[in-house]
Amino acid sequence: MSAYEAQPATENLLEVKDLVTRFYTEDGVVYAVNGVSYNLSEGGTLGVVGESGCGKSVHALSVMRLIPMPPGKIESGQVLLRGQDILKVSESEMRRVRGAKIAMIFQDPMTSLNPVLTVGFQIMEALKLHQGMNDKEARERAAELLTMVGIPEASQRLDDYPHQFSGGMRQRAMIAMGLSCNPLLLIADEPTTALDVTIQAQIIDLVKRLQDKLGMAVIWITHDLGVVAGLAKQVNVMYAGSLIEKGPVKEIYGNPHHPYTVGLLGSLPHPDAPQGVRLFSIQGEPPDLVGLPEGCPFAPRCTYAVERCLHEMPLLESAEPGHMVACWEKERVSKTQ
Amino acid sequence: MTDQQREVILRVEGLKKYFPVRRGVFQRHVGNVRAVDDVSFDVYRGETLGLVGESGCGKTTTGRTIIRLYEPTDGQVYFEDVDLASIKGSQLRQMRRKMQMIFQDPYASLSPRMSVLGIVGEPLEVHRVAAGAERQERVAELLQLVGLNPAHMKRYPHEFSGGQRQRIGLARSLALNPDLIICDEPISALDVSIQAQVVNLLEELQEKLGLTYIFIAHDLSMVRHISNRVAVMYLGKIVELTDRDELYGNPLHPYTQALLSAVPVPDPIVEEQRQRIILEGDLPSPAHPPEGCNFNTRCPVAMEQCFEMEPEFIEVEKGHFCACHRVQPEV
Repeated sequence: MSAYEAQPATENLLEVKDLVTRFYTEDGVVYAVNGVSYNLSEGGTLGVVGESGCGKSVHALSVMRLIPMPPGKIESGQVLLRGQDILKVSESEMRRVRGAKIAMIFQDPMTSLNPVLTVGFQIMEALKLHQGMNDKEARERAAELLTMVGIPEASQRLDDYPHQFSGGMRQRAMIAMGLSCNPLLLIADEPTTALDVTIQAQIIDLVKRLQDKLGMAVIWITHDLGVVAGLAKQVNVMYAGSLIEKGPVKEIYGNPHHPYTVGLLGSLPHPDAPQGVRLFSIQGEPPDLVGLPEGCPFAPRCTYAVERCLHEMPLLESAEPGHMVACWEKERVSKTQ
Repeated sequence: MTDQQREVILRVEGLKKYFPVRRGVFQRHVGNVRAVDDVSFDVYRGETLGLVGESGCGKTTTGRTIIRLYEPTDGQVYFEDVDLASIKGSQLRQMRRKMQMIFQDPYASLSPRMSVLGIVGEPLEVHRVAAGAERQERVAELLQLVGLNPAHMKRYPHEFSGGQRQRIGLARSLALNPDLIICDEPISALDVSIQAQVVNLLEELQEKLGLTYIFIAHDLSMVRHISNRVAVMYLGKIVELTDRDELYGNPLHPYTQALLSAVPVPDPIVEEQRQRIILEGDLPSPAHPPEGCNFNTRCPVAMEQCFEMEPEFIEVEKGHFCACHRVQPEV
């Protein structure tokens, strides 16, 4: 079969190198993703955190090549899946990658499921397409998958339509669909944001168990720093389209070096704080990604900013072993922590 | 504060709000959605009462019924000892000046065709408090109070970001010097770094103006931060109500325990050691709540009694109310 079946030459499942994605709109050029690079090992879990509009979703859609073109364009970079650059392969080849090798689940399970087709039909579709199963085999496998994600009486529920499922069940069905072809990588884009906390806990628990069982890698995109803390081994922090800090989860939370990461963690209420203690708040708002100014995008809100930050974009450099930070003043920031 | 010092500003007694379910050509009444089902609590002057629960638990409906955006099906709401359910017309309008509400979605809750001056100044006009230059002056003052530039009062909502819009909504709610503000998920549509700004602003204003808040939210860690006391709702009922530290440190109701354990903590070392109570299944429909205790379909410690009889909402310890057969007061 294809190149991705071969045993990996490197231990990295996914290598993203200097990915740049822009949108050419009437209002100007949107600098959505500006040179993002990272590696993800086989079976690893990466959390991507950042606020709305920081490019975390666009980066994932770029990896999947699901950016609407035009207005979007992947300007440069490489996305290596087991050594093969999937930005270079043909569209028909890419269709075999999507779903089969890399699966994606989205925030809103209601809009990502087709309301006029049964849940079973939608799961079976991928199985028939990617695995060449016939109707009977696909139906059996679909029932198995729904059972695996914890939906009771799965073989009957295959004939239900999405509106007959609750929000949590729909997200489970989406996960079942994503896992139907045993992907190497599951990209979850804010999969629990629309769900209640008790249901969110169910879904996180489910993904963790499935990951142990199936050995796939997971990229979990979220704005919730709590979810990432419990789930991921590695964390990427994004701001205004740039990767500003990355490293092992305990390093990032315990010893953040970038002023934005420091501020983001500080703006969360601390469980042991006594009554009346004010939250730390980052002044101002994230920049408009249309015609992003030069220099560090965080500089206008940063209390550590010096002259240099306004003109020169800092490079992502090693601060501690395995811990990379893009900040000119990182030593000063970590010293004052 | 001791009980003697605390003045009850709002008393809710047995509040119910049912929405009728109608079917067929003749819109026959076939049942009720019990959005709020027999809820009672007090709010003290100057405090923040957090109202938490998952979507569909009735927390928003409770807020809206208190302020009479919905007519209550049953029960009383006393605001400064006036029964809100019994008053009408101009009397109700007078009372509304003292109670205001801010909403979740800063995009949907501001009219896109009105300038900030129009939006913030509207209550002043409706209640004939100020007009003309005086109104403009008051609006400028309010904008300053919520941290917006008064020079921007001729601008329209689309020119502002989400956090700024929430500030505009807050300025409008403050226009008539209210005593009580019902904050309905005021920060859940905002980014993390902006949430902290708005929460800090709410706290500053509370200190400065002596406001009382009912803070409705599903984010339990933010509720813990801002509230003095917290009420937990499930399927139209309050299941537990007590002081913030007591609730988070010593939750008694099995639902509160599960809810708290489900909240992710932004600390990888804590997360590693945590044991979660994972609840089975989904929230039942409020149109057909289960018999007995309405949590019995998901409760990990339900016993026979829970399927037969509804537990009463009682004070099990001083200031700690809970509705559960498993939790009984010490005799």
